[in-house]
Amino acid sequence: MLLIRCPYCQQTLPELEFTYAGQAHVARPDAANKQISDEEWRDFLFIRTNVKGPHYERWRHAHGCGRFFNAVRDTVSDRFLITYKVEDPRPELSDLLEKSE
Amino acid sequence: MTVLTHAFTPGPLVSGGAVSVNLMAPIGRFSVRVRESGRDALGAAIGLELPTRIGARTKNGNREVICLGPDEWLLQTGAGETADITAACAAIYAATPHSLTDISAREITAKIEGPAAIDLLTIGCPRDIDQIAVGDGCRTVIDGISVILWRDGEASFRVDVWRSFAPHLLGLLQTGSAELSA
Ligand SMILES: [Zn+2]
Repeated sequence: MLLIRCPYCQQTLPELEFTYAGQAHVARPDAANKQISDEEWRDFLFIRTNVKGPHYERWRHAHGCGRFFNAVRDTVSDRFLITYKVEDPRPELSDLLEKSE
Repeated sequence: MTVLTHAFTPGPLVSGGAVSVNLMAPIGRFSVRVRESGRDALGAAIGLELPTRIGARTKNGNREVICLGPDEWLLQTGAGETADITAACAAIYAATPHSLTDISAREITAKIEGPAAIDLLTIGCPRDIDQIAVGDGCRTVIDGISVILWRDGEASFRVDVWRSFAPHLLGLLQTGSAELSA
């Protein structure tokens, strides 16, 4: 079983308490201020990177504090490089890989 | 088709040397949500401090609260105190917006005690129970069901579970207890 660190609970806890919630940092088009094309909506709604390797993704501590948070997980090894709060900035991959060496 | 759930009569479900399971009497329960700016005022209205570390608890008389998330608490009270709490919180609502939801009827509580209490919990709960400090608690999962686990002593726990899931959980605890005392 994977052990996942919840950045809100500040504890490393079993995978069964968490749910996966898709790719992180997918920004919604600013429809209030400009015309959004069908292609932009398609990209926002459906197009994902499907990374092989480190993937920025959302998780939810569903059977715990209930919070969504972000993580970088290697989709090949399932290793988590980092988990961070939704309000924290997106960490640079090069920094994470350097730290994990 | 509507099927009525159990009456959940309080009393012993499992008695034994290794572990005992008791269904506890109904109490008052509230789900509490408030922003940081209103936390102290709401705590004062309820009559205890709202702790900020997830898993931490505070108690004052019959009233006990556990921090479940960054802005979420569960409050348990005596069965007859719910109207007082609702009124006290309503009185400060204009200045301190918050959410206070009476969930007294949503959950029941089972008390699990005895030298094999931790063993019994681990049949369905993936947490390392030893990592939960005495006097703390957490929301976690037992066999797919969300529960709130209170650690009252080294070998004394309370489990709050939604009543519609309770027959499954209580059945699991009874089966597990039989295994452990065999
Ligand atoms: Zn958490």
